[in-house]
Order: sequence, then structure tokens, then C-alpha cells
Amino acid sequence: MRLEVDIRKTLRSRDRTFVLEASFSSQDDLTVIFGASGSGKSLTIQSIAGLVRPDSGRIAVGGELLFDDSQGVNLPTRERKMGYLFQDYALFPHLSVQENIAYPLKKTWYLGLSSGQRQEVAEIMAAFELTHLAGSYPSELSGGQRQRVALARALIKKPSILLLDEPFSALDSMLRHRMRMELLEIRQKFAVPLVVITHDPADVEVFADTLVEFENGKIKEVSRRKKNNSGQG
Amino acid sequence: MPDLSPLWLTLRIASLATLIVFVFAVAFAWIIARFTFWGRDLLDAFLTLPLVMPPTVLGYYLIVVWGRNGWLGAWLHVHLGISLMFTWQGAVLAATVVAFPLLFKSARAAFEGVNSEYEKAARILGDNEIQVFFRVTLPLSARGLVAGTMLAFARAMGDFGATLMIAGNIQGKTQTAAMAVFDAVQVGDYVLANTLVAIMSVVCVTILVMTNKLGAKRIQ
Repeated sequence: MRLEVDIRKTLRSRDRTFVLEASFSSQDDLTVIFGASGSGKSLTIQSIAGLVRPDSGRIAVGGELLFDDSQGVNLPTRERKMGYLFQDYALFPHLSVQENIAYPLKKTWYLGLSSGQRQEVAEIMAAFELTHLAGSYPSELSGGQRQRVALARALIKKPSILLLDEPFSALDSMLRHRMRMELLEIRQKFAVPLVVITHDPADVEVFADTLVEFENGKIKEVSRRKKNNSGQG
Repeated sequence: MPDLSPLWLTLRIASLATLIVFVFAVAFAWIIARFTFWGRDLLDAFLTLPLVMPPTVLGYYLIVVWGRNGWLGAWLHVHLGISLMFTWQGAVLAATVVAFPLLFKSARAAFEGVNSEYEKAARILGDNEIQVFFRVTLPLSARGLVAGTMLAFARAMGDFGATLMIAGNIQGKTQTAAMAVFDAVQVGDYVLANTLVAIMSVVCVTILVMTNKLGAKRIQ
């Protein structure tokens, strides 16, 4: 999977101006964007997902052009086929685990799921060991369970790429290690390229085939550290 | 048995007014909560005005706009032969205007209280803006909307001043419960006055208690 990012964005608030100038590309299926908070990494993956519109530049994932201001291309978020794991998971509080996971499949509230879709939901719940929690609501789940629900929901439509925003920061350190291993397994199983943003060096150790370092809105360094036998992209 | 027909008229007027309020107040609240545009604060203030203005002043404005010689009223009269003055439909208009800000304010607060991460998540999961609204924003703000609707209904039921200005106080035609109480006291019919007052009080207290209950149990 080839990820190409070359964007500029200026944010102004009353007393401060932040300029993001991010230009990098990655061929690997495991990319880590590393930097302190406020370094622009979050803005960068939000731009990739289409949640933020860069002022100028170009974004392409796997050869598909998502954004290019010079050509007037700006695909709406819903058409980008991204998986996105929010820092605090953003599970819909009014929906059960099963309904959260089925959310991307069911496009209207008055039609139920087809039997094939129900099967899909059941399978992914089994894969994430969530079957016994199908009827529970997000507020009743532990941190690790929430993350699994969020991952299942993000992966059920087989996204072309999975973006993860500080995926382990909401977990305690014991769980963090376990979920890192789980995420690697999931990547194998679903054959989905990952882009992880983090300020935790331990994530770099585990996930970075390509490491992109941010500092004050600029790219400090892009390095390849291939060791995760991340397969063919 | 006192004549309770003003209650039924009140119920009909308040229900219809609440229905109209719901559509417009929710739409305006969503636009104002969602978008930043020039004149937004001014629009918000204008839509909230009926909350603080004396009802008779409001009624006067309604006559200026909807009266037979009013800006819109004249057009209605000439082209459609309709006049809202001294009709129960006029009372619906008055009730709509006085009740509007109560739902508008609650709905704006409810929409702004929805964490935008949920809406972003829905977009990433493939929703267009209409789907985001009906599948995420609306259910997550439902409590606030229901509470606001109940308050608007209570206010629509109880209006006196604005309704009197535009619809008058015609027995059997535009006389609402609030006005029947006034008339009953004027002529010393305390049986009727007490009955109407008791029923209206019970309804209003019930609505407030239910509203508070809804406000207390929020989805986290």
C-alpha cells in the first residue's frame, strides 16, 4: 500500500498560528507517525480521512487520489473507504455492541440487516471475542473491550487502510502490551495496512516499518526500519 | 358541570402550534448549532425575542405582519381570501410564536452537546450528512428535544396576551382556557374558574416534572 501525503494547512487562533507542512510517503503496511502532542500528526491523519481539508497539496492512498487542490479533487469522508480508530473510540453510546459494529452495513433505520450481513456481523464479533457482549452498551464495557468493538466496526467494511489515533493511550500499561499484539494479529488476519499515530516510543518499536517523525508541524525525519515482515503491499 | 370546551380548544391550538414549532425550531437550532455564518448571533437573538418581549407587544407585531392590512396578511387576504384575525388559526399563530424560543433554545443546547467525534465517526463509516443527522445527532439529542417540546407545549397552552391581540376572546370560537379563566373571574363564576385552574395546574406541573426527569437522565 502506497501512502502519499504532501499537504499544507495553517490554523490561526487569537494569539497563535500553527503551520502544518507535511510531505512524506510510505510503501510499507505499517507506518508510524510519531511526535509530541501538537506537532501536527493528528491534523495529518484527519486530513487523510477527510475530516480536515488542507489548504493545499495532495493525498493519495494506494494509487487513489483523495485530495488534490490543484485538480479540484476532495473526496468526501464517506467515500474514502477508510478505517479510523478514534483515540477514545467514539462508540455510539445509544447503540449496543452489535448495532455499533453493524452501523456501516445498515444505511437506513427502518430496514433490518440481510441474513448475509447478520452473518458478517456474527463472524466479526466472534473474531474479536465480542459475541457474549452483543447486547451490551459501550458504557458497560472495559477499555480493552471498547477498543475491540471499535476495531470490529472499523474493519467490517474492509477498508483500504486503517488509521489509528493514539490507539493505546486510553489503556493501562498491562493492557497496552496485549492490545499491541492483538492489533498485529488483526493486521495479519484482515490484511489491512495500518497508519498509527503515537507519542509513545514503544509503539514505534512494535509498529514502525516506516517511521515518520513530526516536530512543530514539520517532518523531522522519515526512516525505513523494516522488520515486521509486513508482507506485500 | 362547568363548560370545559375552552380546554379542548386550548388542547387543539397548543398541539398544532407545538407541531409547527417543532419543525421550525429544530431546523433553526440545527443550522445555528452547526454552522458559523455572518449574523448568527443576531438571528439567535431575534428567534429568542418572544421569550422576553411582553406578549401584548408580540401580539401587536403579529397584527402588523398578519393583520388584514399587514405585510403578509394583506397578501393572504387579497390572494387567498384568508384572514387570521379573530380565528382559532390566529390563536395557533400566537401560540407558535410565544412557544418557539423554548424549544429552539433547548434544541440548540442539545445539538451543541453532541460530541462531534460521533458525527465524524459516522461520516467515516460511510454516512452522508442526512444519515448523520437522523442516525447520530437526533438520537443523541432526543432527550433535550423532547424536554424542549414539552416546555413549548406548556407555554403554547397558557398564552394570554398575544392570543388576545390577534384572535380575541370570542366564546366558543377563540376563547382558550386561559381566557375563560379571566372571564369566569370577571363574572364571579368561581366553579368554572377553579375547575379550569385546577386542570391547567395539574397539566403544567406534570409537564415540568417529566421535563426535569428527562433532563436528569442524560446519555453520557
